[in-house]
Amino acid sequence: MTAGTTAPGRAQISARTLRTDRWWVQPAVTVAVLVAFIIYATIRAFQNADYYSAPYISPFYSPCLATNCVPGSSEVAVFGGWWALSPALIILIFPLGFRLTCYYYRKAYYRGFWSSPPACAVAEPHGKYTGERRFPLVLNNIHRYFFYIGLIFNVILTYDAVIAFRDSTGAWGHMGLGTLVLLANATLLWLYSASCHSCRHVMGGRLTHFSKHPVRYKAWTLVSKLNTRHMFFAWASLIGVALADLYVALVAGGTITDLRFF
Amino acid sequence: MGYKAKFKVWRGDAEGGDLQDFTVEVNEGEVVLDVIHRLQATQAPDMAVRWNCKAGKCGSCSAEINGRPRLMCMTRMSVFSEDETVTVTPMRTFPVIRDLVTDVSYNYEKAREVPAFAPPEGVAPGEYRMEQVDVERSQEFRKCIECFLCQNTCHVVRDHEDNKTNFSGPRFLMRIAELDMHPLDAHENRAQEAKTDHGLGFCNITKCCTEVCPEHIKITDNALIPMKERVADHYYDPILRLFKRTNK
Amino acid sequence: MTELERHDYDVVVIGAGGAGLRAAIEARQQGKRVAVVCKSLFGKAHTVMAEGGIAASMGNVNSDDNWQVHFRDTMRGGKFLNNWRMAELHAKEAPDRVWELETYGALFDRTKDGKISQRNFGGHEYPRLAHVGDRTGLELIRSLQQKIVSLQQEDKRETGDYESRLKVFAECTVTELLRDGDRIAGAFGYWRESGRFVLFGAPAVVLATGGIGKSFKVTSNSWEYTGDGHALALRAGASLINMEFVQFHPTGMVWPPSVKGILVTESVRGDGGVLRNSDGKRFMFDYIPDVFKDKYADNEDEADRWYTDQGNNRRPPELLPRDEVARAINSEVKAGRGSPHGGVFLDVSSRLPAEEIIRRLPSMHHQFKELADVDITKEPMEVGPTCHYVMGGVEVEPDTAASSVAGLFACGEVAGGMHGSNRLGGNSLSDLLVFGRRAGTGASEYVDGLGDKKPVIAESDVDAASRRAVAEFDGGEAGAQENPYTVHTQLQQTMNDLVGIIRRGGEVEQALVALEELKQRARNIVVEGHRQFNPGWHLALDLRNMLLVSECVAKAALLRTESRGGHTREDHPAMDADWRKQLLVCVLNAAGDGVDVTSKDQIPLRPDLMGLFEYTELAKYFTPGELADVPAKES
Repeated sequence: MTAGTTAPGRAQISARTLRTDRWWVQPAVTVAVLVAFIIYATIRAFQNADYYSAPYISPFYSPCLATNCVPGSSEVAVFGGWWALSPALIILIFPLGFRLTCYYYRKAYYRGFWSSPPACAVAEPHGKYTGERRFPLVLNNIHRYFFYIGLIFNVILTYDAVIAFRDSTGAWGHMGLGTLVLLANATLLWLYSASCHSCRHVMGGRLTHFSKHPVRYKAWTLVSKLNTRHMFFAWASLIGVALADLYVALVAGGTITDLRFF
Repeated sequence: MGYKAKFKVWRGDAEGGDLQDFTVEVNEGEVVLDVIHRLQATQAPDMAVRWNCKAGKCGSCSAEINGRPRLMCMTRMSVFSEDETVTVTPMRTFPVIRDLVTDVSYNYEKAREVPAFAPPEGVAPGEYRMEQVDVERSQEFRKCIECFLCQNTCHVVRDHEDNKTNFSGPRFLMRIAELDMHPLDAHENRAQEAKTDHGLGFCNITKCCTEVCPEHIKITDNALIPMKERVADHYYDPILRLFKRTNK
Repeated sequence: MTELERHDYDVVVIGAGGAGLRAAIEARQQGKRVAVVCKSLFGKAHTVMAEGGIAASMGNVNSDDNWQVHFRDTMRGGKFLNNWRMAELHAKEAPDRVWELETYGALFDRTKDGKISQRNFGGHEYPRLAHVGDRTGLELIRSLQQKIVSLQQEDKRETGDYESRLKVFAECTVTELLRDGDRIAGAFGYWRESGRFVLFGAPAVVLATGGIGKSFKVTSNSWEYTGDGHALALRAGASLINMEFVQFHPTGMVWPPSVKGILVTESVRGDGGVLRNSDGKRFMFDYIPDVFKDKYADNEDEADRWYTDQGNNRRPPELLPRDEVARAINSEVKAGRGSPHGGVFLDVSSRLPAEEIIRRLPSMHHQFKELADVDITKEPMEVGPTCHYVMGGVEVEPDTAASSVAGLFACGEVAGGMHGSNRLGGNSLSDLLVFGRRAGTGASEYVDGLGDKKPVIAESDVDAASRRAVAEFDGGEAGAQENPYTVHTQLQQTMNDLVGIIRRGGEVEQALVALEELKQRARNIVVEGHRQFNPGWHLALDLRNMLLVSECVAKAALLRTESRGGHTREDHPAMDADWRKQLLVCVLNAAGDGVDVTSKDQIPLRPDLMGLFEYTELAKYFTPGELADVPAKES
């Protein structure tokens, strides 16, 4: 245990913090929402049911890559009959990885779950701290790879939203509330990806001379603008994806029927 | 207009000290530093406080007010209610000298360890040409008034004295970012040095540096994360290294 | 009193603002071992408060600019009282000093073709101020600070020690200069942190301590500006000139009371801001003095056109030299046309789009928002004059910055002569760089010239200096003890009210009486507590300097029976060509407890420099006798 604010030589103040505001609210809300999401997502991922109701597929199960997928939900069955678990488990690792290594979520969970620190100028309860220099946290540095993979998912989920303009028989010219839900979900995911810090770096952040790369500078400027709202898109897309899944689940399970516009 | 405010001010030195109570007059439009000055002039003539410009430009009067790292000259009394007790302590990450004055030499030592700007060879003074868009990122970081509130609030050193050896803190990691983004800096390997010599890996981007910056510099988003990405270019991106792309 | 830390250096620089750091860099680059001693932390000097820019005729924005135009502007701004050689060196060398900063890593705002951008400023004919938004002083100090660090890194590589050739003694105050005979031998001071004494043995001392503004109540200056260098020079036997000229910056904040005096940069006006009175009138058109009639627009349309077409229009009168604008604001307020809190309105909100204001004047936007709850993109600011700068200072040899005392040099605000009776905005930062460098060279050459004949400090002088430094702890006369804060407040009030922006003979006399009384009371100051970081003690020591320097200001102000630049006598409102020929010189009196002020002749302007001006213009400032040899050519 090494001393923090009570280290020798520093002003002797025993209080962990002298903050008078409700600094604990933010980490508490973060934890509450993330825990709720994790519980919901785990249940749904293992449930292995109610994820497809033509033409809608839940984002938790798309792309559905195993032969045990519900008929109609899978376009390419890479995984053969030997895969007996929920097909969601094959793919969820990627969006999970994208969010776990995300520069915003890192802040959120370091503060919320690990109290490192719980809030600014509030002492953390750990004796030792090594940051992101060792396994496993050093893995956060591969965020960009998850970003690239995330783009593939965005394409697939956009495709899902587009084919939701077909009806359950495959005929074009349909739109239901589900179509809008999938469309909104895909849009939020694109915004979340586009506002990502790694995206900003790839677009132009690594350049030294913007003036020599006018197109990349423009792209960087645009991403920079979105990037200031990365936290918002992170939460909006997280809640968006859960709601999209919930909607499909409710329709597939027969609890509600899809509201069809045309 | 004026009212009597309740203040608690930490007084003492490295040997020990405590929060002392004061009741002091406050007038319209005043900031915390005005009140501390009034205490000096009327009740505690030897109360130590470091200050200079009183306009938020020099970064001398850093302290913690109601537990939050702030400049005393830029904290208006109107943000507190009249019956609220205002607690003022020295910064809690640096050794205290006396009362509100701390020993900030850690920062000057770290400043010296960042390799200076390396002028480009063969470019005479007066011949420097830089585009505005190329200097803007570094200019943001050069707004820094070196109040060291970011260093003070960073839990890496605030909560772990032993990390001071290996971690230069947000102010100086930002200085490295500033130089790395400088269009004419000829020093190579700043990103690598950020990782190996200055402890960028300690940073877990919890953004308190940005939260407390009185100049509103986006330290985390614009300096630290871009540096982490540049470090990733060198150390954690095998595919990129395979292509060995230069983007200068 | 026994503990005494001793150091030996070739050059000791007192003050770590722009001038001090530039001098230190130069002396170190000339191979000298250098100490920089400063009252604040390294990098906090008052230079950071400079906002507008550094004047240098680089001609990046208007290629017609050159050193001659800059020289002319500087002389006009100072009403021809300037030391012409200083003004000449300054105008010639400023561009190189600015470009040099880029090699230290400075990042100025750029023009479209990638050069350093330059902005308009009061009194400057062309856009001339290199700047970074409105935080140029910070950029300057940071660049110099980082250059120092870079030199220390070089020394580390060579000697293994960062501080082997260049060391900064931060939060350390010098209280006395020590001499060996007539030559400087070193400096005596104390660490603010511990109160321990420290002795610097050095054959050369460079004063770069800045100004005296803390002797006035409404001031843009920080607590450091207590005239230390001025007083140290006096006590060491050097002379001060031009001490009656104190610049009141026209635009300081006036509300809320606690921030009264804080600077509002001239760039607000340079970028289009206008001054209005409570009737909404742009009153500056009524205050264009005769000498400037042909250079400034007399109607709003022409003034507004100037921002886009400077070739065919005259400048707006808001950009007159600072003394003119400050007096105009003072008159408007006195005439009852002021703003609610006793200033006038400075409006940029109706002149520029909000995002442009935030881009060009970010720290002003921030300052008003945070301190006064005013959004300058939506509403006008309230501003009024504030004590900003002292033109007077140590009389120096222009080329070397040497004072009349061997081994004592002065540069920056503490040196006198360069700005004459009034300094132009932007000329301060360039002054720091030009003469900081020259002082560094001057001191190095002086040290080289000494050979083995190094001065020696007498131990008796050290003892005397340490006794004087702690005298305030022993308590004054029983029953008459004084608190330093009270004496300081009264000094500020006296100077502000009686020797302020507008002066009258009788009031200045009253001020002198009051100053004598304050000097008496200061002898009875008692300091509580101990020597460790004790602000009461620090103030008591600084107060001695302020009192001495204030006496110079008041005595010189009483003698100069004319109005010129930063010295306005209501009882002598005209400018008098005979007075232009005279400099008022302050020296310590025989008893050592006050100052004597005498008059001496100004050095005549060199003929080729005289030739840079039209005869008609010279005739406004010079006596016919001085112009006898000048051909009366007409344009």
